[in-house]
Amino acid sequence: MRASAEPKPNTEAKPIVKTGADLLVEALISQKVETIFGYPGGAVLPIYDALYRAKGSFDHVLPRHEQGGIHAAEGYARVSRKPGVVIGTSGPGATNLITGIADAMMDSLPLVVFTGQVAKSVIGTDAFQESDVMGITTPITKHNYQVQELEDLPRIVNEAFHIATTGRPGPVVVDIPKDISSTVYEKDVQSDFHLPGYQPTIKPNPLQVNKLREALVIAKKPVVLTGAGILHAGGSDALMTFVENYDLPVTSTLLGLGAFPGHHHRFLGMAGMHGTYAANMALYECDLLINIGARFDDRLTGNLKHFAPNARIAHIDIDPAEIGKNVTTEIPIVSDAKKAIEKLNDLEPATLDHKEWVDKLESNKQNYPLWHNDSEDVILPQYLLRKVHEFTDGEAVVTTDVGQHQMWTAQYYTFNRPDRWVTSGGLGTMGFGFPAAIGAQIAEKDSTVVAIVGDGGFQMTMQEMSLLQERGLPVKVIIVNNQALGMVRQWQEKFYDERYSESIIDTQPNFVKMAEAYDLNGYKFESVQEIDEKLADVLNDDKPAVIDCRVVQQENVYPMIAPGKGSHEMIGVMKP
Amino acid sequence: MKRVITATVHNRSGVLNRVTGLLAKRQFNIESISVGRTETEGVSKMTFVVDVEDERKLEQLSKQLNKQIDVIKVSDITDKQIVARELAMVKVLTTPQQRGELQAIIEPFRASIIDVSKESVTVQITGDSDKVDAMIELLRPYGLKELARTGVTAVYKRSAAPADRNETIFDS
Repeated sequence: MRASAEPKPNTEAKPIVKTGADLLVEALISQKVETIFGYPGGAVLPIYDALYRAKGSFDHVLPRHEQGGIHAAEGYARVSRKPGVVIGTSGPGATNLITGIADAMMDSLPLVVFTGQVAKSVIGTDAFQESDVMGITTPITKHNYQVQELEDLPRIVNEAFHIATTGRPGPVVVDIPKDISSTVYEKDVQSDFHLPGYQPTIKPNPLQVNKLREALVIAKKPVVLTGAGILHAGGSDALMTFVENYDLPVTSTLLGLGAFPGHHHRFLGMAGMHGTYAANMALYECDLLINIGARFDDRLTGNLKHFAPNARIAHIDIDPAEIGKNVTTEIPIVSDAKKAIEKLNDLEPATLDHKEWVDKLESNKQNYPLWHNDSEDVILPQYLLRKVHEFTDGEAVVTTDVGQHQMWTAQYYTFNRPDRWVTSGGLGTMGFGFPAAIGAQIAEKDSTVVAIVGDGGFQMTMQEMSLLQERGLPVKVIIVNNQALGMVRQWQEKFYDERYSESIIDTQPNFVKMAEAYDLNGYKFESVQEIDEKLADVLNDDKPAVIDCRVVQQENVYPMIAPGKGSHEMIGVMKP
Repeated sequence: MKRVITATVHNRSGVLNRVTGLLAKRQFNIESISVGRTETEGVSKMTFVVDVEDERKLEQLSKQLNKQIDVIKVSDITDKQIVARELAMVKVLTTPQQRGELQAIIEPFRASIIDVSKESVTVQITGDSDKVDAMIELLRPYGLKELARTGVTAVYKRSAAPADRNETIFDS
């Protein structure tokens, strides 16, 4: 018996052969990756072989275009707050990912993108499907790597996940030459890392937090601006406590929607170019602006000369480079948004002397609400979005592209919970919404996921209907179809004397037949009656659907801060 | 205003590209940049001379550099106790008769002639940028055939206390 306890030297069995690609797969498993959005190709053949051998370890999502895959990963990341993992091959595979990488960089979404590269021996020779991924992605990534030595691979993967998901999240690209992924490894590998140049400040400086509280208790006209930083930090509950402790009015950036409930009586609506009058005037007239996790984007501020001219500015941001970048800041707090708000909540709450201010904001809200035209016959896009909210009880995960439909969704689909809103804010990417919805649905199997898209944007990535067909994902695609590039058309109407240069697109595919070609249910709604009678059933069905909603082409998004104007110079505030 | 900024960086592939690309992307005007290894293995030091409009631009520059993963430390050393030097090589058109005259011009600069040919000489000078500029201006009338400058690099003068050395223009 004793002898059997000794390990038997087995000289016949072959040693387990592992390649660089196997190391990658092991690293992904140790990072608890569940879903991979990827597309195979020559330079990633070894990686796909390793994935094949590791079958069952991951759900691999195969888009029909790399751009669809990476936008899906972004949707997945935004909703789940987990990193989106993407694989693409070298050359065109990598370049097709660029829009998504740039989008994730602008909107701070954690992505880890693996690109295949030609073998090290031919890098720099203009080899087949070679592209300079490092050169191309450097300006649009939080960080990027090209793996030079096999034994560095696990360490680099771990660093990539760490960098993508901590501090201000962002995309990290790991470029893997084919010889690295196909080489059999024999040496010991290193997976531990140390990044002395990357130590994000997570906890706020208590002195600065005290300073903010001091400013708050003497403020007569305070306002809170919520940004996506709160969502990334999971700080919504802490924010609610903070706001209620001081009874503060709240407005939001586009990407911050949902951080604070839209139906709350102190919520003023979204601020910015197409924000509400109440929100923009609050920013203009306030004496203390508390920006939590927003980056003072130009679409929010309007002309900086007129932005919050009389306010003391407090800015909480995990990225110190955002503080003072566009707006001079008196009270900077470098911190994770949630940690900073919690620190504020630890301090004694105070009753503010701001009744006059909140009353004024309330009367602005009542007197200058969002407005839109009405029709009993044709579909107004704003009416459509209100109905989508109603029929989904405001609980759906909603994604959009960029443009008019995006603004109407932001205005009329009131978000009451965090992480339900996925939109391309900074980069403003057409074709984002539909694949992002697919990623969101994969992350949230049981949620209703609605992709609100324009007829222009949908045609940029609609090949991903294949994924709905293949997986039966019950995503509902609502095409806000005005047969135009609506926001371009609106600007041409307002600022280019109605010269509609290339913005009216009369020729369209039959979207219903397109859907049917993918074995999906397709619908075409042209009247208010059809919306009222049929939309609810379609949205609450457990099957995917593509719904072509024909809306009034001439509708414009109002109110509006025209380019170059200040936030107090809104047009279209009231119904003419 | 002109500022001298140093950045210690991990000497990894792509780091120079990332740093200069970022400066270009954010429209910073680099006058010179020099890179070299330091006393620490794997760590390089970049020295930039930049022309920035105001304090806010300068702060942005420092923050954006600091944000890079491979950048370990950024310092604005313009107003610190530093020795800053650059090296220039100037090829000047000269007839053999003019060589003595030229020698007299460069001597006060402690520059030296490092190469001589029939119609030109090459002068090497080390010093701060103003000194290099001044000598070049004196040589210009002879006709400059070629000019190469390394850009500024700098070290602290005294062995400043580590705390002092760690001081960056950005402190959160």
